[in-house]
Amino acid sequence: MKSSNNWETIIGLEVHAQIISKSKLFSGASTNFGSEPNTQVSLVDAAMPGMLPVINKDCVEQAIKTGLGLNAQINKRSIFDRKNYFYPDLPQGYQISQFSQPIVGKGSIPIDLKDGTSKEIGITRLHIEQDAGKSVHDIEPSKSYIDLNRSGIALMEIVSEPDIRSAEEAQEYVKKLRSILRYIGTCDGNMEEGSLRCDVNISVRIKGEELGTRAEIKNVNSIKSIGQAIDYEFKRQTEIISSGGKIDQETRLFDEKKGETRSMRSKEEAHDYRYFPDPDLPPLEIEDEWIEKIKKNLPELPDVKKKNLINQYKIPSYDAAILVSDKNNAEFFDKIIAGNKKRNPKNVANWIIGELFALLNKNNLEIKDSPIKAEDLGELIDYIEDQTISGKIAKNVFDEMFKTKKKAKDIIEKKGLKQITDTGEIEKLIDKVLNNNKEKVDEFKSGKEKLFGYFVGQVMQETKGTANPGIVNKILKKKLAK
Amino acid sequence: MNLKNINLEECLKLLKEKKISSKELTSFYLKEAEANKNLNAYISMNSDNVIKLAEESDKRILNNTARPLEGVPIAIKDLFCTKDILTTAASKMLDNFKPAYESTVTQNLWDAGAILLGKTNLDEFAMGSSNETSFFGASINPWSKDKKKYVSGGSSGGSAAAVAGNIAIAATGTDTGGSIRQPASYCGIVGLKPTYGRCSRWGIVSFASSLDQAGPMTKTVNDAALMLDAMAGYDKKDSTSANLEKTNFYKNLKNNKKLKIGIPKQYKNDQLNDEIIKLWDLGIEYFKKNNCEVVEIDLPHTEYALATYYIISSAEASSNLARYDGVRYGLRNNSENINDLYEQTRSEGFGNEVKRRIMIGTYVLSAGYYDAYYLKAQKVRSKIINDFKKAFEKVDIIFTPTAPSDAFEQGSKIDDPIQMYLNDVFTVPASLAGLPAISVPMGLSNNNLPLGFQIIGKSFDEDSVFSAAKIIEENSNFKKEDKK
Amino acid sequence: MDIDKKLVKKIATLSRVKIEEKEVERFSKELSKIITWVEKLNEVDTKDITPIANPSDIKIPFREDEINDGKIEEKILKNAPEKKAGYFVVPKVVE
Repeated sequence: MKSSNNWETIIGLEVHAQIISKSKLFSGASTNFGSEPNTQVSLVDAAMPGMLPVINKDCVEQAIKTGLGLNAQINKRSIFDRKNYFYPDLPQGYQISQFSQPIVGKGSIPIDLKDGTSKEIGITRLHIEQDAGKSVHDIEPSKSYIDLNRSGIALMEIVSEPDIRSAEEAQEYVKKLRSILRYIGTCDGNMEEGSLRCDVNISVRIKGEELGTRAEIKNVNSIKSIGQAIDYEFKRQTEIISSGGKIDQETRLFDEKKGETRSMRSKEEAHDYRYFPDPDLPPLEIEDEWIEKIKKNLPELPDVKKKNLINQYKIPSYDAAILVSDKNNAEFFDKIIAGNKKRNPKNVANWIIGELFALLNKNNLEIKDSPIKAEDLGELIDYIEDQTISGKIAKNVFDEMFKTKKKAKDIIEKKGLKQITDTGEIEKLIDKVLNNNKEKVDEFKSGKEKLFGYFVGQVMQETKGTANPGIVNKILKKKLAK
Repeated sequence: MNLKNINLEECLKLLKEKKISSKELTSFYLKEAEANKNLNAYISMNSDNVIKLAEESDKRILNNTARPLEGVPIAIKDLFCTKDILTTAASKMLDNFKPAYESTVTQNLWDAGAILLGKTNLDEFAMGSSNETSFFGASINPWSKDKKKYVSGGSSGGSAAAVAGNIAIAATGTDTGGSIRQPASYCGIVGLKPTYGRCSRWGIVSFASSLDQAGPMTKTVNDAALMLDAMAGYDKKDSTSANLEKTNFYKNLKNNKKLKIGIPKQYKNDQLNDEIIKLWDLGIEYFKKNNCEVVEIDLPHTEYALATYYIISSAEASSNLARYDGVRYGLRNNSENINDLYEQTRSEGFGNEVKRRIMIGTYVLSAGYYDAYYLKAQKVRSKIINDFKKAFEKVDIIFTPTAPSDAFEQGSKIDDPIQMYLNDVFTVPASLAGLPAISVPMGLSNNNLPLGFQIIGKSFDEDSVFSAAKIIEENSNFKKEDKK
Repeated sequence: MDIDKKLVKKIATLSRVKIEEKEVERFSKELSKIITWVEKLNEVDTKDITPIANPSDIKIPFREDEINDGKIEEKILKNAPEKKAGYFVVPKVVE
């Protein structure tokens, strides 16, 4: 879709991330996904008369960790507010959330774009709140079935500044956010299971003019959908404005199948949430010592790691970005490097990003399910390095390792793939080949230089490809020069 | 042996000395309750179970494994969730609700050996000052004579009527703006609202979370101390529960404290009846006789306390009562549309006063009005708390009337909400500040109805409150007068 | 402050309480009276005062992250007006 140079898209994202914890935010029921309905519900979650909330310390710690991972300010005093509205999956008739004084304040995260540039996206705030239960609408036609297992699970709501200007930026932001959350272990970022959800706030304007009216798009459940929803909205909003119309401030639902957004039934009247501080919960006070302790134990964040890969190991920025984009990639890489200090990091990176990813993608596998383990790939790389096998042979061994899960050593031995590096032996083979091809040697000597490759090929054939190419070249050159 | 007028202390002595069994005692009270049904003090009796419980207690007493309140039948306000036993909050919304759990405070009583006699009447969802908003009809003040029916006060009107009417030895109540103290005053018994956080709120149907407190309603101050020792205690299931050491209020009663008494000048207004002023002055004399210094103190924001209370309590109530929606328990008035289901259920399930408070609460929290009402009220509350802090730098306890009048006739104020709210003018400030406060009966009005006086103490200083209360109790004429 | 009939209806909807047409007038009067009465708070100077949401000074107490609740479906569903296959049942809710 062509976008006029004059139009500017202003996007802000609200991401809801389910906190990794054993039990819920205000009750001791389990947070497991996929259990039988209402089996992970306490009296508190069901909002029985007289029930009261008690906060889970770990959930608070996870939020602080996340705040640190977003380079954000941790607010040492924050308040829980009630957000009041009626819905059958909201047993209390209110959600315990944070409105005026959230636990985390301003921060930012860097994102990398295709054109090689980087951009900082601001974080406005992060707060903790309860998740709602689930309504199932398709069991009986005239009824909705309510399951409260999810009711009360801890969520972090992460609000970005409206710094995002394109679908690509939005997608990179969510990808980066997700990887940070996974790195520090505060959310598994699983959009299919709903542990990471995204609402998109989008408006358009002619560059330089005032901000336009924004629409809120809900139900955007994948990275792909984020792009689609933004593209559709851009088109919809610019068309309306271009033809003289006005954008309604409203909530719209993204329809995955159609790739469109549509207006929800107008419920503007109903959205008076009457926020007020929850009188059942005193203020949340966080001590400096606690924050310091968490800071110390925080794992290396992807952007820091990426810088290290570039500066320390001289790995190109693009490759470094791929390595840190997923905690599993980084760990795989780290393991190989740690296994033998002599391994060349650039080389290792190439093998992972080039060869391994190609096979993984082809077979629809994640790196954590790779048939070739990190140690084994490291071993293979060592064999190339110490000339046990040639680079070309190594590729075959690699394929075989992937298919059979066997180790490099076994495959090399079984198939007799060890590289021949003995110059004497190679010289003998070269002599044999040259003797068998006297005519071609004459042709070469009279100018047909292309035949050099033919001779090399013949030597390789004799050795089933295991002759060290460098040595072959050297000796062959010498012999032919005579 | 007259079991009818017996108090808790006397009762425990008799049980300990094996002069009576729990079974006899309990059977007696079941009969008395039945014979006095006209008081409408109880919503339900625990007839199915209580004798069995009494027999178990008797076994323990014989074995010498008796706990502090072993075998004593207690009346419980029907706002406390009692496991598998009807808990209605005096509302149609919960008129056949049987919780699958027990409130912490009642469990504490059962762990101390007490047994459940019955669930007492109250204003619906604890909202009211006369027990007239109950779905099960009003309870009657046992002091009512002739044909006139006087209110027993509210919201813990049933508990007050039961204790005053001698169909309960002791009872529990809850106090949000005066709901223990005012009915205690109207019915001529002792009623204590402990410091906020002293008793757990877990399992008590919530009205206004920052104000609700469970407390004892008894015949004597000693009884109240005994009950509070059993009821109080830290509960980790309640985030507002105070984490303090185990209490010894009953033991500490013997300590004769020399107290400094404060009389707030703002509570003295020209609208007060002479009879109340007379008793107030009499109480001051009692304190002076007992070596206590009496001084005037200043609580400058007193006149704003009621309005502050009504804004805050209604706001919290509007949110706390949102869970009564016909989905998971309680009444359901069905429909094909969920919003109709909500509206019909809540309209049918809630009475008018509850609806009024929910609507006021919704209004003061809604967009555009939050700052002007709710936020303003929380700020004024802060000032009221400060008033008390300053006053308590000078004095140990504060002495005031509990209510501006004696009990009124049923039906006389029900159509005028504000007139009804004014009954709480003296009790509400201590609620807003979370301070412990007790009502002790001092005398009778010209109408021969009880008049109670209030003693307010510092946070968690129920000991001083009890001490001062005992001075009033011991010196006043009330215990010598003809109690029904 | 006058709470007119329109506002009464709006508040009633927000609170999910149905007020019969014939009662709207009465509620309007009563609520107006109450709100006017509480407006006396405007007389109090509260500049620079921090609002208090709870009278006690305590900080929020923490709970360890342990699974020690749930698996009580019978108790949870025990009082449900309508239930089926372990779910609470309500009339169909349209998004």
